[in-house]
Amino acid sequence: MAPEPPLLTMSGITKSFPGVRALDGVDLHVQAGEVHCLLGQNGAGKSTLIKVLAGAHQPDDGTIVWRGDEVTLRSPIAAMRLGIATIYQELDLVEGLSVAENVYLGHEPTAAGFMVRGRDARASTAALLKRLGHGEIDPARLVGDLSAAQQQIVSMARALSHEVRLIVMDEPSAALDPDEVDNLFRIVGDLTADGVAVVYISHRLEEIRRIGDRVTVLKDGRAVAVGLPAKETPTREVIALMTGRNVEYVFPERPVRDREETPSEPVLVVQGLTREGEFAPFDLELRPGEIVGLAGLVGSGRSEILETVYGARKPTGGQVRVDGRVLRPGSVRAAVRAGLGLAPEERKAQGLLMLESVTRNVSVSSMSRFSYGGWLDRTKEREAARAATRELSLRPDNPSVPVRTLSGGNQQKAVLARWLLRGCRVLLLDEPTRGVDVGARAELYTVIRRLADEGLAVLLVSSEVPEVLGLADRVLVLREGQVVHTAPARDLDEHRVLDLVLASSPHGPTLAKGLHGPATTEGSPAS
Amino acid sequence: MTQPASPARPITEKSPPTDGDKRPWWSFVVRADVRTLSLLGVLAALVVIGGITEPEAFLDTDNLQLILTQASVIGVVTVGMTFVIISGGIDLSVGAIVALASVWATTVATQDYGFAGILFTAVMVGLGCGLVNGLLIAYGGMVPFIATLAMLASGRGLALEITDGKTQMVTVDGVLKLGERDSYVLGIPPLVMVFAAVTVVGWLLLNRTTFGRRSVAVGGNAEAARLAGIDVRRQRLYLYLLSGLCCGIAAFLLIVLAGSGQNTNGNLYELDAIAAAIIGGTLLSGGRGTITGSVLGVLIFTTITNIFALNNLETAVQQIAKGAIIVAAVLVQRRTATT
Repeated sequence: MAPEPPLLTMSGITKSFPGVRALDGVDLHVQAGEVHCLLGQNGAGKSTLIKVLAGAHQPDDGTIVWRGDEVTLRSPIAAMRLGIATIYQELDLVEGLSVAENVYLGHEPTAAGFMVRGRDARASTAALLKRLGHGEIDPARLVGDLSAAQQQIVSMARALSHEVRLIVMDEPSAALDPDEVDNLFRIVGDLTADGVAVVYISHRLEEIRRIGDRVTVLKDGRAVAVGLPAKETPTREVIALMTGRNVEYVFPERPVRDREETPSEPVLVVQGLTREGEFAPFDLELRPGEIVGLAGLVGSGRSEILETVYGARKPTGGQVRVDGRVLRPGSVRAAVRAGLGLAPEERKAQGLLMLESVTRNVSVSSMSRFSYGGWLDRTKEREAARAATRELSLRPDNPSVPVRTLSGGNQQKAVLARWLLRGCRVLLLDEPTRGVDVGARAELYTVIRRLADEGLAVLLVSSEVPEVLGLADRVLVLREGQVVHTAPARDLDEHRVLDLVLASSPHGPTLAKGLHGPATTEGSPAS
Repeated sequence: MTQPASPARPITEKSPPTDGDKRPWWSFVVRADVRTLSLLGVLAALVVIGGITEPEAFLDTDNLQLILTQASVIGVVTVGMTFVIISGGIDLSVGAIVALASVWATTVATQDYGFAGILFTAVMVGLGCGLVNGLLIAYGGMVPFIATLAMLASGRGLALEITDGKTQMVTVDGVLKLGERDSYVLGIPPLVMVFAAVTVVGWLLLNRTTFGRRSVAVGGNAEAARLAGIDVRRQRLYLYLLSGLCCGIAAFLLIVLAGSGQNTNGNLYELDAIAAAIIGGTLLSGGRGTITGSVLGVLIFTTITNIFALNNLETAVQQIAKGAIIVAAVLVQRRTATT
């Protein structure tokens, strides 16, 4: 056999959207059996590139050579027929159908051409799931009843139900717990051992180091590095390639201040706040200028606590006070009025009005400031929104663009600008950098720290321990809905927090599920 | 609302405007989107067709006045419907509310109170039905489709109960006079002026007020609106009240137009109003829509009906043409939406 031709060679791929050149002559070479990592900031063109590869976008220019032949990927079906499967970050499963029905959606095994052979589909689905290390998922269950991690597995089973030679995984680890990630890596290892190539997209550099063979880095629609060795290239170099500058540190410094001398009054006081079945009585005092972080695994109750403080969930006990006044429980409006603001975990689904402009997204919580008896002063509104977005260096510097055209980091800034404009006093941040790339993260951290320095109190939830440790002044470690440790961030390190978060507990189904093999069906905390 | 000693100062400082901030007043002509222009084009084409096929009958002043008058009743209903659809809801009960309001306002007892009695009753019945819809949907957690379907059934039933199936003639002179030629101002029937006023108020409400913004926000992403501090439930209640109010006004217009109240009034208005809003570019899933588009949709439908009637074409053909227009309009919008 001659030197093996590359499985896939994409050259000079160009793709423009109105106003944006998403891809500007990108090359990507993938060999059979390798894990090829695709890195880049949000808006660098990763999504567009994989959509071109999946047949979902047609490139304006450039060629795609697949196993030695030039091909045109006219549709997702065409790509699938060639053996290219894509697992998108936002899972595309039908919740009302069973696992097996989802896996074989569109290519159901049939009898007489149209009768679905449900039993065959279930049997082969069971085999696929077993191969993926999740034999416990019943192929007959409704996908809507599964946890996010299990849905991810189903999505993967669907990809493998085709004859695949290349699988694209877009941030597959984002919704997974650490042990689930290990399983994912094992699956990736099995696949590549069989000669399947994996194009792996992740923001987590350590993952890329663990499983990646080669790395292609995109920046501003161009490939700035093609096929770097994943294990040997220094992290600093990768980050430099992505951000176009050397990142010395990503976290802004904490202000030096003597708390003993100037104990300011807490702005937010939470006492015994409870939601039965979700988290135990929770206490917190938050002072202006302070950032408090909640660290914990998925299911530890951290987001639930945040949303209950905000009134988006109704507590079963306890109270929230702002400036000494008790908030009406379960009322978002009362919370907003008192000066709370939430940047929710699901930015697109919970935070933004995706059809609207940046201005309207920013002004939505302060409309009364620009209106007289309900009548809007749109000039004033536009100027205020512009001032707020400029304050946060939101890009592009034009608040009349639709918010959906912004990158993840800038969309988050739009949410922050909303609360900044409102003059909010307590900012609740739920996974503020989810889906935000390394370079933009550093900028967001700076923004958050500056807002705190200006007197805002910040309550931060993040599943990334370094983020909590780097950004927060004080850290509350959560496990199974309970605060197990409270300490200044400077007294903690990553290992210590992970130990606390993972410490085995005698009565913890949440953790048992996480650490000791197959999930038990009873008491599954995933919603 | 008060924020004592707010340390994070709200943004107030002015920033220099950049390009695109200041537009000349006439720029809306240029900015008129493809959809509005294409709707205007369709309307113009219809006028040309009408003028060619029945040059005398169609272009007659009487006929043009008739078209506008007929458009007024359904037009007012459509303005309310547009708001409801933009907010992600639907109101299937508009026809039934119009019927109920028109018969309640024309009972012998109501007519005793004269002009004001009829107008007041029509509006109050509309608001009352809207209140029930709104409470069931916003606070009762019912799906709009179901709640307003129930209102449709019971509204029609109540209207039949009131009239016993009989036509209730209007005897109040003031009301009858409004429909007569003597009341036209500069050739414009008062009904059309009401329609125009409702359109203008609706446009301002949608585009220039917090109410409009909130409606769009609720329709675009109710969860995000809630977490941004908007009272989504109250907004929904107001929206169905608005739709009910529009139905009440429409019922009054219909009473003036027909000189009577009937329980069969407003038949299939829900479908016509939804169709007009849809071809006008309102997203059925909520979050986007315009009053201009809806009103153009109404005018297109009414003109078609008129042309078909003048040419002695069957109602069946008319219905098919309407269906085709809905499909064509949505296809055109799909195309323009992607550019």
